[in-house]
Amino acid sequence: MKFQSWGQCALAFFAIAYLAGVYFASSPIWMGFSINALIVTLAALSWNITGGLGGLSSFGHAALYGTGAYASAILQVKYGVNAWFGLGGGIAAGAAMGAFIGGLAFRYGLKGSYFALVTLAFAEVLRICASSFEWTGGGSGLQLKLMPGLAQLQIIERPWIYTGLLAVVGLVMFLTGLIKHSRFGAYLIAIRENEDAAEALGINTYKIKVQAMAISGAFGGLAGVLYLQLWLFIDSTVVYGSAVSVEALIGPIIGGAGTVWGPLLGTLGLHLLGEGTKSLLPNSPGLNFVFYAIVLICALRFLPQGFVGFAARFGAFNKKERDDA
Amino acid sequence: MLEVRHLSKTFGGLKAVSDVSLDVPEGSIVGLLGPNGAGKTTCFTIIAGFTKADTGHVHFAGQDITGFSPHHICRLGMIRTFQIVQPFVGLTVQENIAVGAYLHHPQRREAMAVARDVGKRLGLGGMLDRPASALTIAGRKRLELARALATGARLLLLDEVMAGLIPSEINEIVAIIRQIQSEGHTILLIEHVMQAVMSLVETAYVLNQGRLIAHGTPQQLVADPEVIEAYLGHGAAARLQEGHHA
Amino acid sequence: MSILIVPAILSGMMMGAVYALVALGLTLIYGVLHIINFTHGSLLMLALYVVYFLNLHLGLDPYLAIPIVLPLFFTLGYCLQRGLIAPMSGGSEQNVLLITLAVSLMIDNLALYFWTSNTRSADIAYAYDTVEILGALLPLGRVIAFAAALAVSPVIWAFMAFTRTGAAIRAVAIEKRGAELVGIDVNHTYAICFGIGTACVALAACLLFPTFYVTPQVGYTFVLVAFTTVVLGGMGSLPGALIAGLLLGIIESLCGLFLGESLGQIGIFLAFILILLFKPSGLFGKRAGS
Ligand SMILES: Nc1ncnc2c1ncn2[C@@H]1O[C@H](COP(=O)(O)OP(=O)(O)O)[C@@H](O)[C@H]1O
Ligand SMILES: [Mg+2]
Repeated sequence: MKFQSWGQCALAFFAIAYLAGVYFASSPIWMGFSINALIVTLAALSWNITGGLGGLSSFGHAALYGTGAYASAILQVKYGVNAWFGLGGGIAAGAAMGAFIGGLAFRYGLKGSYFALVTLAFAEVLRICASSFEWTGGGSGLQLKLMPGLAQLQIIERPWIYTGLLAVVGLVMFLTGLIKHSRFGAYLIAIRENEDAAEALGINTYKIKVQAMAISGAFGGLAGVLYLQLWLFIDSTVVYGSAVSVEALIGPIIGGAGTVWGPLLGTLGLHLLGEGTKSLLPNSPGLNFVFYAIVLICALRFLPQGFVGFAARFGAFNKKERDDA
Repeated sequence: MLEVRHLSKTFGGLKAVSDVSLDVPEGSIVGLLGPNGAGKTTCFTIIAGFTKADTGHVHFAGQDITGFSPHHICRLGMIRTFQIVQPFVGLTVQENIAVGAYLHHPQRREAMAVARDVGKRLGLGGMLDRPASALTIAGRKRLELARALATGARLLLLDEVMAGLIPSEINEIVAIIRQIQSEGHTILLIEHVMQAVMSLVETAYVLNQGRLIAHGTPQQLVADPEVIEAYLGHGAAARLQEGHHA
Repeated sequence: MSILIVPAILSGMMMGAVYALVALGLTLIYGVLHIINFTHGSLLMLALYVVYFLNLHLGLDPYLAIPIVLPLFFTLGYCLQRGLIAPMSGGSEQNVLLITLAVSLMIDNLALYFWTSNTRSADIAYAYDTVEILGALLPLGRVIAFAAALAVSPVIWAFMAFTRTGAAIRAVAIEKRGAELVGIDVNHTYAICFGIGTACVALAACLLFPTFYVTPQVGYTFVLVAFTTVVLGGMGSLPGALIAGLLLGIIESLCGLFLGESLGQIGIFLAFILILLFKPSGLFGKRAGS
């Protein structure tokens, strides 16, 4: 998590200042909005492991997010399991789903657009299944019983929810940094840059990719579970819908794919934009996505390394170090 | 150290490699020669596990490694480089080499230290912190070599590491290859630059249209009429003699 | 149950022909531009709305709207490729995929904003007149769609085989650089191709609307079905798309029959995953997958 330029420091400073400012704004709207943004940031950090570090861009990350949320909800609602075990179960289920999708897709050598499409199809199959079977609550979804308290991971006071989420996002960013600067991360990046060369250098590319999907699944599952604990309700569209997949990938791409701060910066930026549209044009469903799309297109064209890469150009500490934030 | 027996590979109707057998003794430098399209690179891709042969076997260090995956073969100590260099363009030179070094040095600090070492030995010391995309062709060929060395492999399959270089760069890389050999590595070398090969290799195999047509010391090959006919073409023998005396 | 199977297969084939028509456009774009076009479904949705509004405000019959909607969407497709997708992507495969995804998000959500999520359909009475085929009663609108969709494939084939533009498209598809060298305007040809693909979607909308409905989400479902069709038929293969479309229509219809209405589409997506995993080259394609 080294910064290479004053520009990147400034970016991180703005993010932290904003996140800290939420405490002092004493505005429930800001707080609620920021809570949502942090959950999406977790999904974005999950996408970032495979899509950013590994260059395996998934269009169906909802498959992981939703599986985490559903696993925890089923454990709690149908089997009366404690929410903390539900959390563990959700993370494990997300990881397992990631490994399963990755295991199948990579065994048959799917890459690029084909990988994107097959992940999308998995998410869609899971969405239809979840909305069709009794066990998953069918079309009406699953509702947790209201049991406030830390014992059931149901926190009611918004500032505490916010604080908890900040801690989790910080932890996942820290883990991302560790991964990025470990052997595993170097291997994942090598695979992104050139898979044949990676394989020639003794890297079991299949194993690394499946492991990356499992880690991504664990983070995605975590995001899904936290969404569930926040709203105490999920249905198939909310957690398996395409909006989840789209939000998980836009944030990191705009912020800087494969960087530690990119997913947070991109997601915060987008959600601020979305919130801005909402306050200027109330009752405009979907309009935020129109702006997300415009920002995405502009970022692809003008900021190929996202915010983080752009900021690297300003006041670089050391001209030689690159791609390291 | 490496024994290849009766390898054959057909692409569509084309026999790219047919019934090729060769031996590389430990500590030696062996050449694999032949005109463009003779099937040299295909041999490498099969030996290193990137392509499955139709028939034939590959033994490495006393073990049958036929059908093993490339990463497995690399772990056993044999590595190939690519004729068309394949750097990780988004990474620095040192990070590129470190990817190889991680194989036996799981800690980042150690891997980076090994990478720095190997990079310096191959004359990339000044470029370690630059992105790989900033390297010239000669630099990229060295990077291929450095990454391969960093894995700690004992047998290196080098695919045209001198192609596209100017004579002074070739002399440098020839010296580097000699040095690598003297450090105890074994080398199987695909090469077009005759001059270099003549002075480097102890024995060489000549491939033409997928078949081995000759095997021997450079001196024997130069005198072999079939080699001159099939591979070197008219007038080439004379040029070769000059090169050899030079 | 077995007396229901033949009607289910037939009605599946009727829908399948429309899938085939949508997929024909998509596979044409893939075959020539080598891009996976996410906007395809959204353009279908847009075309359905255009047909709907022409019917609502001008009382125009959906079938009579064809001469208006087709050129309109050809132009739209042409401009979209030439004015947005090509210049913004910089040629990278990943970027093209993301940009078409972004454009489809834009179209879908603008539709949601302007036209709300209400389901809309038109009352075109004769479309539901029934036709009896092999003992099955099928809506006239679906039969017309089936026949028209089948008729389009030979037209496209003939266009590709016998016209100068068709020859240029084929040349660009096979060897872009070579085509450029002999003086073919590649960007123009790409955009023409995108336009034709979009026109296919517009035609599908005209044929579909009398017996269907439109919501802003309808594109998303269709684009997934169309991807499945294209992959099953072999990326870039026109006859493949036709056969695969019919096949998927039948699969969906039979899954709906045996598993229940809501699970009908599961069959399609499972087929999609299985094909991508086991035979990404599709039933008729030569190579794909990486
Ligand atoms: N993957 C492949 N598919 C089809 N043909 C191939 C493939 N790889 C190599 N070939 C063909 O096999 C022959 C040998 O190629 P190669 O081994 O690269 O020759 P060399 O390295 O000796 O120049 C050539 O005719 C080449 O076109
Ligand atoms: Mg070669």
